[in-house]
Amino acid sequence: MSTGIDGPVADLLLRSGRFFTRGEVSPDLRTISKTGGREGDVFYRDRWSHDKVVRSTHGVNCTGSCSWKVYVKDGIITWETQETDYPSVGPDRPEYEPRGCPRGAAFSWYTYSPTRVRYPYARGVLVEMYREARTRLGDPVLAWAEIQDDPERRRRYQRARGKGGLIRVTWDEATEMVAAAHVHTIKRYGPDRVAGFSPIPAMSMVSHAAGSRFVELMGGAMTSFYDWYADLPVASPQVFGDQTDVPESGDWWDASYLMLWGSNVPVTRTPDAHWMAEVRYRGTKVVTVSPDYADNTKFADEWMPCAAGTDGALGMAMGHVILREFLVEKRTPFFVDYVQRYTDLPFLIALEERDGAYVPGKNLTAADLGDESEASAFKPVLVDGRTGEVLAPNGSLGFRYTDSGIGKWNLELGDVVPQLTVLAESGESVPVLLTRFDTPDGHAEVLTRGVPVRRIGDRLCCTVFDLMLAQYGVHRPGLPGTWPAGYEDAAEPYTPAWQEAITGVSAAQAIRVAREFAHNAEESGGRSMIIMGAGICQWFHGDATYRAILALLILTGSMGRNGGGWAHYVGQEKCRPITGWATMAMASDWVRPPRQMIGTGYWYAHTDQWRYDGYRADALASPLGRGRFAGMHTMDVLAASTAMGWMPFFPQFDRSSLELADEADAAGVPVPQYVAQQLASGALKLAVTDPDNPVNWPRVLTIWRANLLGSSSKGNEYFLKHLLGTSSNVRADPTPADLRPRDVTWVDETPEGKLDLVLSLDFRMTSTTLLSDVVLPAATWYEKADLSSTDMHPYVHAFSPAIDPPWETRSDFDTFHTIARVFGRLAATHLGVRRDVVMVPLQHDTPGETAYPHGTERDWRATGEVPVPGKTMGQIAVVTRDYPALAEQWESLGPLVETLGVTTKAITVYPDQEVAELAGRHGVMGHGAGAGRPALDTAVKMADTILALAGTSNGRLAVEGFKALERRTGRRLVHLAEGSEEKRISYADTVARPVPVITSPEWSGSETGGRRYAPFTVNVEELKPWHTLTGRMHFYVDHDWMEELGEQLPVFRPPLDVAGLFGEPRIGTVDKGLGLCVRYLTPHSKWSIHSEYQDNLFMLSLSRGGPTMWISGIDAAKIGVADNDWVEAVNRNGVMVLRAIVSHRMPEGVVFVHHAQERTIDMPLAEISGTRGGIHNSLTRLLVKPTHLAGGYAQMSFAFNYLGPTGNQRDEVTMVRRRSQEVQY
Amino acid sequence: MRVMAQLAMVMNLDKCIGCHTCSVTCKQAWTNRSGVEYVWFNNVETRPGQGYPRTYENQDRWEGGWVRDSRGRLRLRAGGRFKKLLNIFSNPKMPSIEDYYEPWTYDYENLTTAPLGEHMPTAPPRSLLSGEPMKVTWSANWDDNLGGSPEILAGDPVLAQVSDKIKLELEQAFMFYLPRICEHCLNPSCVASCPSGAMYKRAEDGIVLVDQDKCRGWRMCVSGCPYKKVYFNHRTGKAEKCTFCYPRIEVGLPTVCSETCVGRLRYLGLLLYDADKVLAAASTEREQDLYEAQLDLLLDPFDPAVAAAAKENGITDEWLEAARRSPVYALIKQYKVALPLHPEYRTMPMVWYVPPLSPVVDAISREAHDGENVDNLFGAISALRIPIEYLAGLFTAGDTEPVDRVLRTLAAMRAYMRDHNLEREPDPSIPASVGMSEESMYEMYRLLAIAKYEQRY
Repeated sequence: MSTGIDGPVADLLLRSGRFFTRGEVSPDLRTISKTGGREGDVFYRDRWSHDKVVRSTHGVNCTGSCSWKVYVKDGIITWETQETDYPSVGPDRPEYEPRGCPRGAAFSWYTYSPTRVRYPYARGVLVEMYREARTRLGDPVLAWAEIQDDPERRRRYQRARGKGGLIRVTWDEATEMVAAAHVHTIKRYGPDRVAGFSPIPAMSMVSHAAGSRFVELMGGAMTSFYDWYADLPVASPQVFGDQTDVPESGDWWDASYLMLWGSNVPVTRTPDAHWMAEVRYRGTKVVTVSPDYADNTKFADEWMPCAAGTDGALGMAMGHVILREFLVEKRTPFFVDYVQRYTDLPFLIALEERDGAYVPGKNLTAADLGDESEASAFKPVLVDGRTGEVLAPNGSLGFRYTDSGIGKWNLELGDVVPQLTVLAESGESVPVLLTRFDTPDGHAEVLTRGVPVRRIGDRLCCTVFDLMLAQYGVHRPGLPGTWPAGYEDAAEPYTPAWQEAITGVSAAQAIRVAREFAHNAEESGGRSMIIMGAGICQWFHGDATYRAILALLILTGSMGRNGGGWAHYVGQEKCRPITGWATMAMASDWVRPPRQMIGTGYWYAHTDQWRYDGYRADALASPLGRGRFAGMHTMDVLAASTAMGWMPFFPQFDRSSLELADEADAAGVPVPQYVAQQLASGALKLAVTDPDNPVNWPRVLTIWRANLLGSSSKGNEYFLKHLLGTSSNVRADPTPADLRPRDVTWVDETPEGKLDLVLSLDFRMTSTTLLSDVVLPAATWYEKADLSSTDMHPYVHAFSPAIDPPWETRSDFDTFHTIARVFGRLAATHLGVRRDVVMVPLQHDTPGETAYPHGTERDWRATGEVPVPGKTMGQIAVVTRDYPALAEQWESLGPLVETLGVTTKAITVYPDQEVAELAGRHGVMGHGAGAGRPALDTAVKMADTILALAGTSNGRLAVEGFKALERRTGRRLVHLAEGSEEKRISYADTVARPVPVITSPEWSGSETGGRRYAPFTVNVEELKPWHTLTGRMHFYVDHDWMEELGEQLPVFRPPLDVAGLFGEPRIGTVDKGLGLCVRYLTPHSKWSIHSEYQDNLFMLSLSRGGPTMWISGIDAAKIGVADNDWVEAVNRNGVMVLRAIVSHRMPEGVVFVHHAQERTIDMPLAEISGTRGGIHNSLTRLLVKPTHLAGGYAQMSFAFNYLGPTGNQRDEVTMVRRRSQEVQY
Repeated sequence: MRVMAQLAMVMNLDKCIGCHTCSVTCKQAWTNRSGVEYVWFNNVETRPGQGYPRTYENQDRWEGGWVRDSRGRLRLRAGGRFKKLLNIFSNPKMPSIEDYYEPWTYDYENLTTAPLGEHMPTAPPRSLLSGEPMKVTWSANWDDNLGGSPEILAGDPVLAQVSDKIKLELEQAFMFYLPRICEHCLNPSCVASCPSGAMYKRAEDGIVLVDQDKCRGWRMCVSGCPYKKVYFNHRTGKAEKCTFCYPRIEVGLPTVCSETCVGRLRYLGLLLYDADKVLAAASTEREQDLYEAQLDLLLDPFDPAVAAAAKENGITDEWLEAARRSPVYALIKQYKVALPLHPEYRTMPMVWYVPPLSPVVDAISREAHDGENVDNLFGAISALRIPIEYLAGLFTAGDTEPVDRVLRTLAAMRAYMRDHNLEREPDPSIPASVGMSEESMYEMYRLLAIAKYEQRY
């Protein structure tokens, strides 16, 4: 064979050509090689050169917390690449390097982009009015007041919100206007009409704390975000008594069976996804559950294609298999031992007679058995299998706060063997009624099954385990009731065949995966893990779904294990030095308690979404409940919850909380007593009962580190209409007269424009900045000092400035410092020192959670009694507000730190040494309110203070915390932090390199000895109780309101029937004019982190370049839509215009409109309304689940971002149609 | 034997999460400037899909790379150099901007400067070429994650070869990602296409570059490259391409795309090859034999004869040692789990890929096979969702045998390691079933799974 190139002519050309070439032409004339002297390549060498590399990160709500190298040349940020210097996780594991994603890699585009906010801006219409009044009146506060008192002027600038017309103003003018609005609001209405919204402190702790500290010092309310985002899995407080605690991603490596359930890890946990890919190489089987062929399925061994929103059914059926095969037919010792020790399964439940049968009632407690010792109502009992004796084991809530419980709040059982069932041969049994919701519209029906019973006193009792078997339909011989005939029985819940009809997952696959999952847990010691995500969490009944799935983990002994248990990753960015951050952010070094509000409740009430509910709260109730929601609107439920001290609500009263203190003084009555009397007499009203009364409106809202109005505002159009008072696309009808609230005032005119001032701080133009009255230019993440941490990795690391803030931008820290000073100046004239009545709810991890035994509702408004603060209503505190000195307090560390100590989860430590150290390091303030106190006047000082006051970053405090916990538990725990006493993580350390944190009682897992963090390992290994009623993980929750919805036990609840509740069409309906009705889902996007980056040119270039909707080919064909066609989605909540992405990886009947796509990029006018198309949340609205408002009882008690109604948004539907392809902007 | 050194890359597609971080960091560092707005030295394609520029693999249309003529001689598919010179002013095989995409931006300023009006301001798209309003209709990654599949997949040249087996329905859906940079070929058709002699292969490390001073903008390299990895800067009028980040490589740093790969799937290393045999290997008659021929070119750096010859050709001891510790050599030649992309283009590409595993097909997963099968992770290779013919169309000119062998090797490694994971007695018959020792399988596992920074680069 002859080889060679081309033909002779070409050869000739080439041969002559090579004499003109400096390189060496290969003898076969194929190619040219060259060595040396490459001036032609200098260009790329020059491009690569830079002056310095600075460590920073991105303060975006993504849980990444990735450390980045920011390159700077000639004082200009050029680009960024990932840091790779994370401390090693050990020789036999993959490392955390590199961490980052394309979004983060594109961040530097913002620095000099045309969307950068370079100067302070304000709404021109407002500025004109303000300048005029200010000049005329000579006082900023009086000027502001005059505008607010004039309805015509007020509405004029409110109606201009979001419609352009922002003008440049000076920092002086902007901050004066902002300060005046705050001062006026406090003076006129009281401080709780001021609110701040800034989420996820961990993503930049100092920036968050700076603003929150300002709000809390004046007595404003910070609204929650975790529950509001529907990222809070309410199942976590219900089951674990913990907000959420999850393994770091490095612990996925320890799993030997890994399920990803509604969590699209490559998209939403991009820097962590490699663990999922890599752990397969250890032989770990990977199973995904999702309705579409999701990105993570690429890595799976098997895919369970579960219909959207039906995951709970699959979970229940898998639980059915595991209970039957592993806990009844074969009593797997590893599982049995685990559930006896760590769960409430052996605890006794009293049955209540109902219509000739029985229903599950309340946990049987020592009090029920006649024990009158302290907190006996909070000591649930079980049967000792050895002796048959009924006893209350250590570790329950009754041991947590009592003197007699000291040393006994632990999970030690001694010789006691908790008995899982009261089933005995020839024992007694009764039929038990249970609720099922697997009907097409989700309404409840009654199941009759049976349980064995034991008579204790005059009560019939069985264990939680007995009820679980009845609920899941796992039959044991001799019990009454109707039971499934076997796995193939599709009629009876919760069999594998039953779920197949609902989920589309084959029964065979459900059985096999359940078996594999349990077998693996048995063989590996609980290393079966489920990564759970927004795809299952953000539904109305996400908590029920979660409990069905958590049951799989708890039953198989997988919780509290490295490589096992739940891995819930939805918006949970763990603020590891939590005590330090909380002290700064809540200003609890100066004033206590802080005002903390449930976000969903706040927006539900103040955006008037409640006025569009088309159903009553009992539409979702169980027929076996006590009828507690009968005749109630969900707003009534919120009001009842507030009245009983279960949930917070701000504003508190229909009167200024400052004036109320004065009134009490004038009356000579102690404030708490005065408030109670006034409430009982009706002279004082809770604002929540009359939210549309102008005196009860929120007036000033500050948004920073957030894009509330372009990203998270479920019911966005209602925000625009009622809260802001500008144009909207709300199309819904108000609640009909017969469904309106019972206890909450209904005014005929729904208010429009409640807020006087919307202030935002940002570095880019968003929907929020466009809708704000004042926009302050923020420094980016590459221009300031701050701290970052996450649950996904165990390090704390730094933001540090690569350049100074350019143009007129300032860091959030400096901005709030500035505003605080101006505020103080105006307050000296208008406010002075005042006393403020603060009402806060009964809180979790405090003795307040023992206020309502058995979670039994008792509303003083119904009974007519005078409420008792701290017992039958919230706690009342009086706080002194030194308004003129606010800035001085803000910039110094207050004295309460060492006098009252700092507390997290009921563990108090006293950082007196740290205060002295900080004073030495940072200096003390020379004069004013903070004289002699450690300085907090720079961001770096605040960062260092945060780190100094938390156990995770200060070994001495970790040890002190464990000592305190040792006293309560009687267990040795200090060893978890011992050896770290001298360790102090400083800001400078975190700039040098990410620093691993110290094991601390602030969290439930252990990093001791370099192990990977997994939650609840301290509970399992050290026998420290969970923060629940029994001190164990709960399958059964006996709170009244849980009972009302039939959710004491894990249960399947289908997606909400919005057709039935709101009159929307059913999915699949085709209407010639309106199009096709589809399930409307808003999963997280590959090309943005929430709204951040969705406007970034790199991300837009790599995607479709604007708002899009993913739709299946089948559905697209039904409405004649081709790929990239413009479509319009319309439902009662609003309108959105998008381009279609047609794909066969989408299931029929479901569309994805990725969260969060805004009006700011390529959004035409809608055909149907002629107005600007909306955002992804224009088609959603708030749907409040009443059980999320339950409180006052054990783990079902309020704490900030721990428990509260979720802003779920996945149960929605929309019509979608092909619109005119000619679009107008 | 003329021993030369070549820097090469292996990407483990089994670990690629399709995040495009590599594309962004590369773009930021190298092509974030006017004239190359549309250029992505590194891009990531969803497969099946059309790729970037679209349908570039369809050489019937684009005529890139080499062909072997009836006389057994290698010639550029687009015609010899003589023909090229004739076409120099109008090259019919040149992809147009629509085949890449028309780059765009937005009227961002409007957000800040819009006067008070009726509606909220928005930023509509504007062409970066003309400045005019436009509707975005194509991008560098338009068909990401099977977007537009009913219309777009018909244009996937590789899928066309196996299309009778593929139905576009959810139950049969499959996808994976293919990150691509310049292949820095041993037999680069771009270099051979350049009439100006501006393109060259660096003698010491094989990086293929365009001399920016000599380039005259004829663009024959653009059409000559079958991977379409040389681009035209319409501002400077010069060709530009992936430089293998030589300014970083020269100071001991990995390429940007490698270091920033959060899937940790990229490996860099040195290979030694016999330059005298490149043409013969590239001229191998059967396309399906090109993979083996390419493998044969790569020399064993542990072989004393190779070492001596290398030294003779000026390769230093350090470089020789680097070739011995090369993870790329281990994956390509020792474990044979990495395969070249489109060897049938006969350019001898030097970016290799470990093909991806995928979930079992729906029909299998719906069945009730024995639950114990969780330990037997390599039983179902024939039932994986990605058709093996598709992978073979990318990596082995359609020969399914090597792909099948690689997937079996990966699956066997998983099954073998499961015993380790669960602290059971490891089963030596598993590595033996794919012709490996326990030791080499464990080493391969460490390289693929643990993959520390120092091991990858």
